[in-house]
Amino acid sequence: MADQQLDAKGLNCPLPILRAKKAIKGMETGATLEIEATDPGAVKDFEAFCRVTGNELLDSNEGDGVYKFLIKKTG
Amino acid sequence: MPEENTSNAKSMSLIVTKGSLDWAYPPFILATTAASMGLDVSMFFTFYGLGLLQKKMDLEVTALGNPAMKMPMAGMHIGMPNLIAAMPGVGSMATGMMKNMIEKKGVASIEELREEAIEGDVRLIGCQMTLDLFEIKRDTLLDNIEIAGAATYVENALEADINLFI
Repeated sequence: MADQQLDAKGLNCPLPILRAKKAIKGMETGATLEIEATDPGAVKDFEAFCRVTGNELLDSNEGDGVYKFLIKKTG
Repeated sequence: MPEENTSNAKSMSLIVTKGSLDWAYPPFILATTAASMGLDVSMFFTFYGLGLLQKKMDLEVTALGNPAMKMPMAGMHIGMPNLIAAMPGVGSMATGMMKNMIEKKGVASIEELREEAIEGDVRLIGCQMTLDLFEIKRDTLLDNIEIAGAATYVENALEADINLFI
């Protein structure tokens, strides 16, 4: 279970990323955030977001049209 | 997130020259996203782009002279001949359709993205020459922006890792 949840379902680019960033900002280093999104573009975008920001993308999967991402705050 | 200007963060500088509803999206999407990825971002609004700094935005879109604009309608994608697009009321109809689609597809409004940009410490710079040229009053624009000229942009651009003209 992640430390924090974010429901970004129904939101389109770039809102899932912007919401995730806000959530991560308020988290402790080492804490995890689980994001649910329906934007297929979010798959590539969360990979890029994590590469650039240095946060760790622990998991990325899809089921029933919902994409789930697990991000660990590193910085 | 946003460190001060003296930070080692990567940076992005945008020139925003267009102020229609559709063209307002690329600069604000890129600016907010880059800011959320830790970049220092500045946006220089000139000519029609300056309208995006108005306190009250009333953005419109037109199919006039835009053959690539095809709206999903009745299962098809339909463009609009210039002759029809030029008729009174058709522009506001197209704007209404676009705003409707924006809301239905979970796309942020420009007002919302602009608010995100301000929250993300994006540096907003309005072009002084455009103010003079189009007789725009400073107090119709957002209070918390800078007003400057080309040299300010060039200085930003020299330091920026990404420079885009939109």
